[in-house]
Amino acid sequence: MDFSYSDEQQMLQDSVQKFVHRHYSFDMRRDILASDKGFSTEYWQLFAELGWLTVPFKAEDDGFGGLAVDLMVLMEEFGKAMVVEPFVPTTVLGGGLISELGSAQQRSEWLPQIMAGSLQLACATAEPDSRYNLASVGSSAVLQGDNWIVNGHKILVLNGPDADQLLVSVRTSGAVRDADGISVLMIDANSPGIHRKNYTNMDGHRAAEVKFANVGVPNDRVLGAIGKALPALEQVTDRAIVAVCAEAVGALDSLLNKTVEYSKTRKQFGTAIGTFQALQHRMADMFIECQLARSIVMMAAMRLDSDVPATDKMRAVSAAKSRVGKAIRKVGQEAVQMHGGIGITDELDVGHLFKRVTAIETLFGNSDHHTARFARLA
Amino acid sequence: MNVAFTAEELKFQQDVREFLENEFPRDIRAKVDNRIRLDKDDYIRWQKILYRKGWVAPNWPVEYGGTGWTAVQKYIFAEEMARVGAPEPVAFGMKMVAPVIYTYGSEEQKKRFLPDILESNVWWCQGYSEPNAGSDLASLKTTAVRQGDHYIVNGTKTWNTLGQYADWIFCLVRTDNTVKKQEGISFLLIDMKTPGIKVSPIYLLDGQPEVNEIHFDNVRVPVENRIGEENQGWTYAKVLLTHERTNIAGVPRSKIRLEKLRKLAANTPDGEGGSLLDDPVFARKLAETEIQVLALEYAELRTLAAVSVGNAPGPESSILKVVGTEATQYLDELYMEVAAWHSLPFVPEQFESGFDGEPVGSAGAAATALHYFNNRKQSIYGGSNEIQRNIICKAVLGL
Repeated sequence: MDFSYSDEQQMLQDSVQKFVHRHYSFDMRRDILASDKGFSTEYWQLFAELGWLTVPFKAEDDGFGGLAVDLMVLMEEFGKAMVVEPFVPTTVLGGGLISELGSAQQRSEWLPQIMAGSLQLACATAEPDSRYNLASVGSSAVLQGDNWIVNGHKILVLNGPDADQLLVSVRTSGAVRDADGISVLMIDANSPGIHRKNYTNMDGHRAAEVKFANVGVPNDRVLGAIGKALPALEQVTDRAIVAVCAEAVGALDSLLNKTVEYSKTRKQFGTAIGTFQALQHRMADMFIECQLARSIVMMAAMRLDSDVPATDKMRAVSAAKSRVGKAIRKVGQEAVQMHGGIGITDELDVGHLFKRVTAIETLFGNSDHHTARFARLA
Repeated sequence: MNVAFTAEELKFQQDVREFLENEFPRDIRAKVDNRIRLDKDDYIRWQKILYRKGWVAPNWPVEYGGTGWTAVQKYIFAEEMARVGAPEPVAFGMKMVAPVIYTYGSEEQKKRFLPDILESNVWWCQGYSEPNAGSDLASLKTTAVRQGDHYIVNGTKTWNTLGQYADWIFCLVRTDNTVKKQEGISFLLIDMKTPGIKVSPIYLLDGQPEVNEIHFDNVRVPVENRIGEENQGWTYAKVLLTHERTNIAGVPRSKIRLEKLRKLAANTPDGEGGSLLDDPVFARKLAETEIQVLALEYAELRTLAAVSVGNAPGPESSILKVVGTEATQYLDELYMEVAAWHSLPFVPEQFESGFDGEPVGSAGAAATALHYFNNRKQSIYGGSNEIQRNIICKAVLGL
């Protein structure tokens, strides 16, 4: 039993910590969010140079190793500083699908571009009525000659506005919600027939609603076997869940620390509010939530890296997402409450951390969804 | 980072399993399964078996009879014990007074007291709490006045768990009234047969006299029964309170109870033609509890891992007490909910050893409420959960 980081993981953590300390103050982040793209292409290149974009990939694909624990180390530090660059959409989701489903040729064509920072991806899976069910796919692809003709409607495509390529789940056979008959196509984001409606989410991250009207996609842009993509979609989404849960663990730590510090300096009735037991015990409960969230995310990451059966991995991820979601509600709301009026303003970082973790709570299935999935897989 | 057991650890697990399968007495196991209350003889018989195996005091230093196990081995042992329902050795001698004796006692005291604790020849109870000193333990009022080679002890101790069985009691007493309350306390070991001691039972909500009030009326205690220096007792007691944090969260037992609860729910009709497990409201509560216990388990493993590389369990481990006891109590609620109507009959006597009347209700259903009521103690004893939150605030958050 060993909960310590390897030397490589330690170095990774140090390098992210140094970066965010120098280059990711709250004001700098504000400027980045206000920019055209909503993230810094300059930083993205720096991430590539520092090797961070290789973290989710296996050694055989020239990646860092692809362990979920590595991802956890990186994302926790991103979470503390609320890094907005589209790391999860491009590398974990998009890159993950190419890595899991792609042929040797597809992997060697695309993965180096991702790791070099020259390719932006987005994963289009959610639909207006799908909620969190990855098998609920109404968008269709029909083969005509050498081309697939795609029609459909995807929502909440993270990094959609800036993606060069879209990884789209489409139904190639069967009925909506059938597990079988789902394929993944890699579609040039500027293909004729694609309409993107770009917007900003509650956390400042950019996303798009994407409509496909008779979009032609060459047959060599199918990833993996026709109709058999669901397990890979679930597996890649599960890794993304661990990534954002780790990010939340970092953000929740920031919320707790900021709240405790504030309570030591903010005076009311002539005394620091941190001396009031009514607040102290609530901060103790926030600490407990942070520790449980951290513990269960470690559990999930270690299980993903182990050789337990696939169902056990899915259960572990759902347990983590469910529990972290609860911690998010509790710690996020309490941090705002204890900051009082200033906590509900746009001026303070606390509110922005609150918004980011609240977004994470919904991403890829909320607590209720994952509690049910955990129970179903028992 | 990994939590896989090594080959040696797996072998150890196998050894523990075999030992428990062969040596944990069938009749005691049957009592546990049927929720029959264990009596003094059951505890002693089982502890002596553990003693003969050399496994009765995993946390003691090897020189006094400990096992020298790693944190992982201790965890495996606790898990396997929980799996068969084997009771842990009664804490008061083994986990509470013994560490004080081997840490602060004289050589003579170690020789005199430790072997009998290890062999379960002497039953100890605690004498910390008083009717007016609960969480504010240092405000205790029982006095010990020096008279030649003796202290004369007067006062009342309370919440003495299983004190009715005790041969000896360890007490915090006031030896100086003129200084700060923490600085006038001494640590005494008192023979329960000494004249002037009276034990009165206190009946709890489950109808059982699990705890007692113990009155001291001019009880003469030899000075040689004092641990360490006079007026330093608080220091020793504090060490005791933070000393034993292994298995404080009760995770192994909660995991087993969850497994049994799931089976029980699957076999309990929901009254609508299905089982309780089909009830989405109950299924959700069960899933949430499993998830909470999983988070707690990894919080505990993280603490154990830190201890095993030489770090002391920090005040962070207060969360194990809070979350662990709350999980236990919530499991009690769920068991009671599964029992439904059958939880209502209050018949504590049918869960006593030797009861041969006609029992009310089915297998243990009527015991669920008794456990629910009894275990409300968990968030109160051992430093109430509010005190644990104070510790987190002071020692971790710096408030």
